[in-house]
Amino acid sequence: MPLDDPMAPKITTENGKASAAPNRLAVIDGDIHPAVRSMADLKPYLSKRWWDHYETYGMRRKHGSANGEPYPKSAPLACRRDAWPEEGGRPGSSLRLMQEQHLDAYGIEAGILGPLGNTGQGEMNLELSAAMCSATNDWQRDTFTRPEKRLKGGLVVPYEDGVAAAKEIERCGADTNFGQVFLLTRSAEPLGNRRYWPIYEAAERYSLPIGFHVFGTSGHPVSGAGWPSYYIEEGAGHSTSCQTVVTSLVIEGVFERFPKLKVVMIEGGFAWAPALAFRLDKVFERMRSEVPHLKRRPSEYIRDHVYFTTQPMEEPDDRRHVLDVMNWIGWDKLLFASDYPHWDFDDPFRAFPAGVTTEQHRRICAENGKSVFRLN
Amino acid sequence: MAADWKGAIDCDVHPHVPSIDALKAHMNDYWRETVEVRGITAFESVAYPPNAPITLRPDWRGDKTAGRQRADTDAGRAAAALMDRHGFAHSILNCLYAVQLIRDENMAAAFCRAVNDWMRVEWLDRDPRYRASIVLPLQNPELAVEEIERCATDQRFVQVLALAMGEVPLGKSQFWPVWKAAEKHGLAIGIHAGSSYHHATTGSGWPSYYLEDYAAQSLAFHTQLGSFIAEGVFVKFPKLKLVLIESGVTWIAPYLWRLSKFWRGVRLEVPWIDRSPVEFVRDHVRLTIQPFDAPASGETVGRLMDQLQSDEMLLFASDFPHWQFDNDDMLPVGIDASLRKKILIDNPLATYSRLGGSHAA
Repeated sequence: MPLDDPMAPKITTENGKASAAPNRLAVIDGDIHPAVRSMADLKPYLSKRWWDHYETYGMRRKHGSANGEPYPKSAPLACRRDAWPEEGGRPGSSLRLMQEQHLDAYGIEAGILGPLGNTGQGEMNLELSAAMCSATNDWQRDTFTRPEKRLKGGLVVPYEDGVAAAKEIERCGADTNFGQVFLLTRSAEPLGNRRYWPIYEAAERYSLPIGFHVFGTSGHPVSGAGWPSYYIEEGAGHSTSCQTVVTSLVIEGVFERFPKLKVVMIEGGFAWAPALAFRLDKVFERMRSEVPHLKRRPSEYIRDHVYFTTQPMEEPDDRRHVLDVMNWIGWDKLLFASDYPHWDFDDPFRAFPAGVTTEQHRRICAENGKSVFRLN
Repeated sequence: MAADWKGAIDCDVHPHVPSIDALKAHMNDYWRETVEVRGITAFESVAYPPNAPITLRPDWRGDKTAGRQRADTDAGRAAAALMDRHGFAHSILNCLYAVQLIRDENMAAAFCRAVNDWMRVEWLDRDPRYRASIVLPLQNPELAVEEIERCATDQRFVQVLALAMGEVPLGKSQFWPVWKAAEKHGLAIGIHAGSSYHHATTGSGWPSYYLEDYAAQSLAFHTQLGSFIAEGVFVKFPKLKLVLIESGVTWIAPYLWRLSKFWRGVRLEVPWIDRSPVEFVRDHVRLTIQPFDAPASGETVGRLMDQLQSDEMLLFASDFPHWQFDNDDMLPVGIDASLRKKILIDNPLATYSRLGGSHAA
């Protein structure tokens, strides 16, 4: 969409600096992806031991690919063509372009970062994983959240080592530069398993929600049905990995154990959630003797603890169907996310179907995020 | 007023192989000896632990003190449980004997032959209302085709059967000779909940509880549906019907919204897919109605039914003897008379071409 499109956000220019028109919605964006220009950006934050290790052996995740993706996406780095910075580097690596093209243009009041790529998450060498995560957090703070107060960091942790991950939360948890702990959905074991509980304990203590973003390298196919051939299957299948996360957190009793914990499912869509809750309630009714640690029905834990970012929005032929789903989930649990700078970006002012009221739109785009992300 | 089930076609009934001896009777000397010498006692799957509540409804369980045998090990007892009482026209047998667990493809084929012959003799021959699915050794597609060719002359086999979780998604071209044989013989492809357990049951490994394993079955159906569509199976074999059995129902519409949106974005990757995934599903894919994952609210069920945008997709199934409902509450609340008739009779007849012929006769 060109910015002179009549539907485009209105931008006023004051002292030569673009800013959103004053009475527009102050949007909270739950999914912005910062990127390194190159891995050298992380070098200052790594010990010589780990930088040398990285240079010599590279990153090793459970997909066998030294460079790139086993399921190539449909655009380079899955990014918008207009998001490549003139000065070079990857989309998401230029704070200036991110401000101009996204934060200012859409009137983003708060943007929650989710670093992807070689952040150390899912790396098989757990010590390298921990070192890379720390470096990514420090880089993120210096490059994005300190210079730009509208941005809050996503605290990446070496989640396959629960104790080390909790240590990283200890190191950074009090730092208000971070608005959430950031995990990926495809983990080595279902994320409600006890090995991950130190992460939830630490996050709860620092009032940080856990954002579970799709992707990750579990070493397992997207479901028990095996490895599909195409990116369309893998990509659409991310909603199933989100269902695995929610199922595991609920059934393993994470929300019983950590009653103040809030979690955000990021970029997996949301329309699957009511059907999953219906299914879990039904199975629970039959087999509750197996899980006596659960005191309430699965749908009740989901209703109280789980938030969903809206991008990429499901788009049925009949928009009433998605409105039903949003009703069932609850208008207080949906959070706008743009996924900037990725190709399937959602615009806060046009992604939502007709029938979403102004008040509902305001809650999703500007209100609900305040009750889950740590923004102050 | 008691609900009228007369003429209904029950598309998911599970006959239970009572013992290895029942199968040995249908094996050649080599395999009979193998079973004996190697001490093979059974291939039963943890997908349905024998004492788990969902595996057998309490009144269909065996009970020694009451002198009652389990209802699913005998054609007559199974018929008495639902088919006789309600006047069903047919029940389609999906045997879940766990041939899919077997790693040795020749042994898998031998057990499939035994299971299919056992069903023929002990069930189909004993009650003319039964129909059955051919259990396939998909460990090797060539052997699966052989088994189809061996059984398909018997018109009482109306479907071929696979499990939701195998080694690779079932749309992949290595299985096309199998689907080609099914199409040629007018057999539907049935995918039933269950796993070969050759992979973890979730994309993030093995869950702790059986409850999670059962819940995760629907996730594998997402993958299978995506695979059949993306690989172009329905383009290649336009007469095929794919039946998702015990998959749950309410997950499918939200998944199709997502899959269709992805298709619009990334369709350059699968250029042979010339229409929206939703359209392929309306034309080719059916789901059995138990379990129906929804609260007991007519209003909610109505809205969920509307999401399907079709009254042709659902097939009546009791999922006997699994404990999906109590009493005779075999359908979700809130289904009107015309949809009810389609689910009970019309849709199964339209799905199973081999059934149509015999039903009309």
